[in-house]
Amino acid sequence: MSSVPVAAYLTLALILFCIGLYGALTKRNTVIVLISIELMLNAVNINLVAFSKFGMIPSITGQVFALFAIAVAAAEAAVGLAILIALYRNKKTVNIDEMNDLKS
Amino acid sequence: MTFSGELLAFLCLALVAVIGGVLLLNLTKVVHMVVALVFTFISLAGIYVLLSAEFVAVVQVLIYSGAITIIMLFGIMLTRHNDTSEPKGGALKKIFLFLGVLGFGVAVYIGIYNLDFNPQATTLHENNTEQIGMALYSKYIIPFELTSVLLLVALIGAIILAKNDNKKEADKE
Repeated sequence: MSSVPVAAYLTLALILFCIGLYGALTKRNTVIVLISIELMLNAVNINLVAFSKFGMIPSITGQVFALFAIAVAAAEAAVGLAILIALYRNKKTVNIDEMNDLKS
Repeated sequence: MTFSGELLAFLCLALVAVIGGVLLLNLTKVVHMVVALVFTFISLAGIYVLLSAEFVAVVQVLIYSGAITIIMLFGIMLTRHNDTSEPKGGALKKIFLFLGVLGFGVAVYIGIYNLDFNPQATTLHENNTEQIGMALYSKYIIPFELTSVLLLVALIGAIILAKNDNKKEADKE
């Protein structure tokens, strides 16, 4: 039987999620914010795969769900980068705190 | 919890993953941050192998440490990236955010630290890819096909968003 408990995997996922959350909320460059969001999605994937092995009823479903999450994350990264490049062309900046056009 | 090779591998991979994340927060140059996160993504692929999900591990290496890192590096190179100046007057905000994230982490940790489902032996590691293929093409065929539509929409949307539609600027370049 496995010698690493499920709580260890969940704790690793929690630490990575917290790092991603802090990075997404404090970093100034939009690319780093996007990649912090990718880190959070990755932490969620660890949870899905861990529960597919250690859950109440182990099955392959968690891994299939993780694959779908990876596909959606890749699409999100591509669209996010496209929006960022369109914004950079118009405003010549990639800093989050200078994107305040909606502020009067 | 006895000491074994699996535990050692888990500890090493988890250490590399967390160090990559901490470097992401602490480095100053943007390119270095993205390269630090590659370590995290690759060690997470190792974690997936430990969780008997070999196919997800390969997909992780291909998509995350391959495609997403490269597209993020392109995004950095295409924009202004040598600006390492700190935002003005953000120390108090950072402290409050750190406390908030720490509180969230502690709250979730209290919920999970002694979680155990009495795991039974699984057969996930035998013919892992075949099992995933069977599930994808029988039980999850509709979400699988919808994913292709989603990827097509994202592809066309990204091209249209990033396209330079300003005629004057296009002539100038």
